[in-house]
Amino acid sequence: MRTKKIKGVKFGLLSPKEIRKMSASKIITADTYGEDGFPIEMGLVNQWLGVIDPGLRCKTCGGRMGECPGHFGHIELAAPVIHIGYAKLIYRILNATCRKCGRVLLREAYFLFSVSDVELESDLKREVISEKWHKKFSDNDISLPSNVSVAKEKNDEWVITGEKMFIIRKENKKLNIYDAGEKRSFLREIELQREKQVGIGEAVKRVFKEAAKSSVCPYCGDYLFSINAGGELENSLNKCLMSKKLKKIFETGGHLLSKNPSVIKEIDNRWLITDKNKISYIVKKGDNKLNIHCGTPQKDIKYEKPTTYMEIGGEEREKKRRLMPTDVRERLERIPDEDIALFGMNPKNARPEWMVLTVLPVPPVTVRPSITLESGQRSEDDLTHKLVDIIRINQRFMDNRDAGAPQLIIEDLWELLQYHVSTYYDNKILRLPPARHRSGRPLKAMTQRLKGKEGRFRGSLSGKRVNFSARTVISPNPNIDIDEVGVPEGIAKELTIGVNVTERNLDLMKEVVRNGRKHPGANYVRRTDGRKVKVTESNYEVLAEEVDLGWKVERHIRDGDIVLFNRQPSLHRVSIMAHYVRVMPGKTFRLNPAVCPPYNADYDGDEMNLHVLQTEEARAEAKILLAVQHNIISPRFGRPIIGGIHDCVTGLFLLTWTKRKFKHKEALEILKGIDIDDLGEPTGTFKSPSGTDIEVPYWTEKQIFSMILPSGLNLQFQGKAGDVIIRGGELISGVIDEAAIGSFKGRIIDKVFRQYGEEATKRFINDSFRLAINYILRVGFSFGISDEDIPVEGKKQIREEAVHGAELKVEELIRAYEAEELEGLPGRSLEETLELLIMQELGRAREEAGEIAERELGMENAGVLMAKSGARGSILNLTQMAACVGQQSVRGERISRGYQGRTLPHFKPGDRSANAHGFVRASFKDGLSPTEYFFHAVGGREALVDTAVRTSQSGYFQRRLINALLDLEVKNDETVRETRNTVVQFKYGEDGVDPSKGEYGKAVDVDEIIREVI
Amino acid sequence: MKKGKDSILEHELVPKHKIIEEEEVKKLLDTYKIKKEQLPKIKLSDPVIKGIKAKVGDIVKITRQSRTARKAFFYRLVIE
Repeated sequence: MRTKKIKGVKFGLLSPKEIRKMSASKIITADTYGEDGFPIEMGLVNQWLGVIDPGLRCKTCGGRMGECPGHFGHIELAAPVIHIGYAKLIYRILNATCRKCGRVLLREAYFLFSVSDVELESDLKREVISEKWHKKFSDNDISLPSNVSVAKEKNDEWVITGEKMFIIRKENKKLNIYDAGEKRSFLREIELQREKQVGIGEAVKRVFKEAAKSSVCPYCGDYLFSINAGGELENSLNKCLMSKKLKKIFETGGHLLSKNPSVIKEIDNRWLITDKNKISYIVKKGDNKLNIHCGTPQKDIKYEKPTTYMEIGGEEREKKRRLMPTDVRERLERIPDEDIALFGMNPKNARPEWMVLTVLPVPPVTVRPSITLESGQRSEDDLTHKLVDIIRINQRFMDNRDAGAPQLIIEDLWELLQYHVSTYYDNKILRLPPARHRSGRPLKAMTQRLKGKEGRFRGSLSGKRVNFSARTVISPNPNIDIDEVGVPEGIAKELTIGVNVTERNLDLMKEVVRNGRKHPGANYVRRTDGRKVKVTESNYEVLAEEVDLGWKVERHIRDGDIVLFNRQPSLHRVSIMAHYVRVMPGKTFRLNPAVCPPYNADYDGDEMNLHVLQTEEARAEAKILLAVQHNIISPRFGRPIIGGIHDCVTGLFLLTWTKRKFKHKEALEILKGIDIDDLGEPTGTFKSPSGTDIEVPYWTEKQIFSMILPSGLNLQFQGKAGDVIIRGGELISGVIDEAAIGSFKGRIIDKVFRQYGEEATKRFINDSFRLAINYILRVGFSFGISDEDIPVEGKKQIREEAVHGAELKVEELIRAYEAEELEGLPGRSLEETLELLIMQELGRAREEAGEIAERELGMENAGVLMAKSGARGSILNLTQMAACVGQQSVRGERISRGYQGRTLPHFKPGDRSANAHGFVRASFKDGLSPTEYFFHAVGGREALVDTAVRTSQSGYFQRRLINALLDLEVKNDETVRETRNTVVQFKYGEDGVDPSKGEYGKAVDVDEIIREVI
Repeated sequence: MKKGKDSILEHELVPKHKIIEEEEVKKLLDTYKIKKEQLPKIKLSDPVIKGIKAKVGDIVKITRQSRTARKAFFYRLVIE
């Protein structure tokens, strides 16, 4: 096959001629299929437009379904209509061009001064701008920018280009210097920007803006009268002066000029006379006469969305006249080709009048295929429906017009035709009701097919759908490994892996096929001749015998297969990891809770996706790069992202925070499910049951925990409750909490990973979770309403000391403020100071209440235990539940909105007290008073809005950032480069350290090494 | 360009820019095995470039304070 290279892409408009030329069939009937079930000739699904039914051949190209790409047809519109996509551009163009002659309303070149100097002329001929030229310009009070160049345009004409543009012409042996005028300057600017391949949008925008300013056309106008050329009158015009004589002539012609009208000499023997009343006269020289025209006044044009243009003013003031599409089209046709470039358009590819449709292209049927419903009924595509509407109205329009219907009816039908054509292109137009299906569903028009997330570009071209994938709800199972995923049998029987039968797996494959469709079975087999056979209840036994080398068996996934597991939104790389399959009963994916953090998953109904890898390369890559154990340490912050959460932390905390003795049997029970051969020597013996004389060996809680530590581990770090010391794989002292085994922190996990590697870390996390669960199940752990109870004394202390005390202090502050005794803080007004102090005081009140609550509840309390161990929740949460909810705020300030001078009618205006501004003194357990409840809702709402706004915003930021940094790569020399191999960073992260390999942001942790050596 | 205190080059937030010599340029390009064009660019109109009076085609060495590696070096090619 010959390969072709794309040289460029051309954008343009389809001309009516082009539409007719590419049309395979004219469409005149609105119906699709006839009574005989065959497509109607010249109908919308006519066979010249391509085929969508198998077995038929295209009448245009003879191709079968799949071969024939489809061919366009066309509809001849009874009257022109505006193309909705260009409605706004049409308005801009109408506004920028003369209503009469169609020229763009920008000034032509005009005369500045003339010189006759041989030297200067020779400069021009050599195409240089000498100092003398600069002097000449400044003599005439015109600034000539320093870096300009001159070039010969044609005989006796030169063009100076640069920041400004001038034209020099040799006329009557003199050199006339002209300012190039807006039109030529803009044309040149656009041309230059095209050459440089930079956007011309800004320049074009300015063209429209400038041209729309003109109220009189500088090119055309009604002929008034003539005078003889030459002589005094022409001389005065040439000098840009309005002589009295000329003025007289104007006056006798009935054209009163205001004082001192300006006269501008333009290029090509034209003059423009403008007087103060903004009336222009154009003087053109021709036939030895000076012909005077009155410049055409430009009426205002108003654009009414979506497709109406109105012309306002004229003789009858305020009178509106609607410009019908025919008028619009006529005006656009008048615009000369050379002016079109000013709009940034190429007249060869896009004439403005083509934006008004006279003939409508009908897309091939392959673009709008009909589907056959189960009932045998055909259901047409939305576009086809829309085209039917267009043809119907088109027909009716023609019938009515031929019958000589009144103008009113014609206009109504025209409007209707416009509506249908508009909604065919875009069914979401502002101020236009969307066209609906019979069922009431809005139709999907052309624009909707392409636009947005589910559109052709983002949805179909950038996004793809895949096979071999499954999705279901997730639920926890700490008994499976962190790198496993529990797959329901039902799903395992649908997902397959294609295996080529070889000598080594022949027996296994036979066995698999012999299982038929039962689990670990197969769904399809492919024979050596390439025929695919479905494994069924009736043929599996026969097939199993037949399976031979060279066959391919699509076997069910089974335990040990590697798959990709993913939860959306996939914000970072650990949102997709490789897991090993574990087929289980049930209908949900089972997931070890320790891998929830990277996926950001919980079990409140989250669903996750699973993808089965199909090639050996993919499986190898997944195993090496995407395996869970490989991703325990996050490259983002260099700490484990996988680790104990919730009950795991609680369990280990419970186990290690008090001294305990475990009998042999108890120790075994707690360590069940963990691969340990030897309990080690017991610490000692004790009497059990107590009171008896039976001495029983015991193991301590530290010993039990040390069982899961890799042997020889040395580590010392600051835990939440004091130092944790691990020596030689034994926990010497300290309590295991979130900082030790939690995700995101987990010092032990971190250390194990770096020292013992992936596999050991995986085992450690598995074991610690199981150990924790075993223990927590043994001792029991719960939290209920009664756990928020605080003894009466404590309650009293909270109410009186903390809360009431603060309220009194607030009152005192207010009193001081009102007595003007309060001293302002630097940079703040007195009022701000007061607010600040009150906020501080009330914040302190809650803190105090929290401290009392914490003390009263004690470590025995499950809530406090969870907060302290870092398993879940905080002391603040507990404070709010048990002691005092505290100050509610909006934008970091006390609540002050509501009524004038007060927040609620329950308070007096001007009341600054704690109660009146959102201080909630009750706890959730006590229950909030009505006003407190209201304030809490006010504060809560802000939090809600905040999160809603933030997630969408940060999501978009993320998308942009990803798109920007997408193909940056760290090369072998540690530089970061982009695709053109340009350096972005000379050393990755400036220090060349991969955070997941270094120690907490540094390449090496010196302290740790020293401790290790000693 | 004003000199002395008002110069932006003196500002604490402006890292040190220095035009590097031919020899060093060669060394730099050799170490990274790149051509001049593959360096990050900086415009001639950049106030710092104006300040140190660099020309188009010069390479400036920028010494920045870095959070990760106390001092970090960066090179940029002056373009129009």
